[in-house]
Amino acid sequence: MGSTFAIEQHLGDYLMPDTESRLRVAEGDGVTRIVFLDKNILEEASIQKIGDEISALIDTSSNPKVLINFENVEHLSSAALGTLITVNNKIRQKGGQLRLTNIDPQIYEVFAITKLNKLFQIHDDAESAVKTFK
Amino acid sequence: MGNASGNKIVISSDLGEAQKLQQKVLREVQLAGYCEDACFAIRLALDEALCNAVKHGNQLDPDRNVEVEYSIDEKLVRIAVTDEGEGFKPGQLDDPTHGNNLERPSGRGVMLIKAYMSEVKYNERGNRVEMVKYRDCKLPEGNSSPQG
Repeated sequence: MGSTFAIEQHLGDYLMPDTESRLRVAEGDGVTRIVFLDKNILEEASIQKIGDEISALIDTSSNPKVLINFENVEHLSSAALGTLITVNNKIRQKGGQLRLTNIDPQIYEVFAITKLNKLFQIHDDAESAVKTFK
Repeated sequence: MGNASGNKIVISSDLGEAQKLQQKVLREVQLAGYCEDACFAIRLALDEALCNAVKHGNQLDPDRNVEVEYSIDEKLVRIAVTDEGEGFKPGQLDDPTHGNNLERPSGRGVMLIKAYMSEVKYNERGNRVEMVKYRDCKLPEGNSSPQG
């Protein structure tokens, strides 16, 4: 019993790294659901980290189906848009699919002005987005 | 309320310092009673202008500074961002919405500044941008085609 507890403790340490994630991730039914935790995606270092985290998730799948939820996002910069494009390119290279959901109207306007609403598949909510995965 | 007399702040080419400056200016804009849409627009445009100055203008050179001048009054917010770089020609930038440019990860900052601010003007050298947001400005919804 004592040795089992020690193993669990070790796994707990392994599962909770020191660096703080900026994403909440859930896997289910073949879909990777990602929620941004930051409300302001403006800072370069944060954007880089977000990109690295999502890339690492994509690497674990041969045919990634990824859904990114923007429900907490109030501000983002063009650098964040750039990271989304890079993520989209990576997913497509692996034959996968990406959906964006729960985008606030002000944020959606940024997508529309830059015409990125034509590049990404954007849905009102996660449930309707999931139905569109092939 | 407001700060019509103007402020001048100089920061190094550090994106963290740029973020702090952006937050300071935004707080003052909010205290002056500008609406949420205006604050969103100013935050976005200022963030883009500062990033451009630090990354592209000053090439992240720690020996180069960025100067920000701003004033806030009843009618408008005026912000000028100047870097110590060689400058650029905004009119010669590729259209980021055109063709394959859409899939490029960069090149949208200048376009967003133009879309969200009432007036945008670059000096001849291209190392200084002056941006104005009128309190009653409806951009980007009411935007007519921006001038180059």
